[in-house]
Amino acid sequence: MTEIISLVVAKYNYWLYIILMMIGLYAMIAKNNLIKKLVGMNIFQTAIILFYVSTGYKTGATIPIIKNAHGGHGVEAAVIHAADYINPLPHVLMLTAIVVSVATFGVAMALCVRIYQRYQTLEEDELRMRLSEK
Amino acid sequence: MKLLGFIIVCLTGIFLLYGTSDLPDWGDPNSPASLHLSNHYIEKAVAETEVPNLVTAVLADYRGFDTMFETAVVFTAGLACFLLLRDFKPKQDRYYRHVPTGVVLHFKDKARQLRVGTEFESVDKDWVPSDMVIKTVCRILIPFIQIYALYVVAHGDFSPGGGFQGGVIFGSSFILLAISYNLKTLMKRVSEKFLGIFSAVGVLIYVGIGVIAMIMGGNFLDYSTLAPLVPVDPGHIRALGMLGVEIGVGIAVMAAMAIIYINIVSQGRHDEGL
Repeated sequence: MTEIISLVVAKYNYWLYIILMMIGLYAMIAKNNLIKKLVGMNIFQTAIILFYVSTGYKTGATIPIIKNAHGGHGVEAAVIHAADYINPLPHVLMLTAIVVSVATFGVAMALCVRIYQRYQTLEEDELRMRLSEK
Repeated sequence: MKLLGFIIVCLTGIFLLYGTSDLPDWGDPNSPASLHLSNHYIEKAVAETEVPNLVTAVLADYRGFDTMFETAVVFTAGLACFLLLRDFKPKQDRYYRHVPTGVVLHFKDKARQLRVGTEFESVDKDWVPSDMVIKTVCRILIPFIQIYALYVVAHGDFSPGGGFQGGVIFGSSFILLAISYNLKTLMKRVSEKFLGIFSAVGVLIYVGIGVIAMIMGGNFLDYSTLAPLVPVDPGHIRALGMLGVEIGVGIAVMAAMAIIYINIVSQGRHDEGL
């Protein structure tokens, strides 16, 4: 039992992201409304973004902006140790992923608007009914 | 369907949770992600690019090609919203409000029109008088939001910030104007043509800097070859090249956000929105 608890404590960040991700996946599978599916997709994306950012974290390190990079006022530029700064790469990847996810969410909303204009509904079962009528 | 979905989700979740036992601990400095490439970025980036903000250095220089196409994705999303939704047909029913008396006129004939000016203003079907508190607060806030957006773009090299963040903040100031007043007020200030041209110009600035670097004899997006064109310390040229690229990204993102918002809320008719 203590082993399991220590396992969960050491990796509690992954547990949170997986629970969040599964909430999003469930919404995408089981919800009937297209907008709710989109919200589920956004929760899923948020979980992945949090996962990436957490992989870049190092205990005792600070944000990846070098202090006194150009020497400052009479201070010699210090030697940079990789252990003092967190990994910048996941931040870069997720920075662009957030903006791209907003843009793709906009396109998905535009598609929903078109579907609503044509069928007057966003419920999936009603849409399927309308499509089979033709 | 709901039960089946729940079972699938639970199974996937259990497998993923089981898989976490192989992942590195939270905050482990020796995790595989921070052993190979990131050490080079952290230790050498300032010497190689003169930019203290490592995120910007990796974003705009080491991974410049990737960021260029991310900008192209944002531009394409704006274009897709325009193509999906834009509706050029004028509306059948139009509503005008006589400003001094507050009487609302309803026109059903498409040919008849009123001249909109100080006497009449064209309004939405479910028009409500806008609240003075909201209008005043937003009028005061919007210029500061825009200045802050420009600051975030310009200081992307030295402090947290950059083109994506600044562009989104600038775009959100447009959205705030459209929410607090109405969509017509926004469309009067930034026309559709302006936004369309700017979203393309942003991507073109990015690609243009890369092509100029090629013309100057270097690789695509190799900013160090731009040194003869700009009269600054040649050691600082990479930071300037990144600033130019970030400005391009900011412009493209700002315009794309506004295009997406305007098209979705007005269902492509650009006349009435939230």
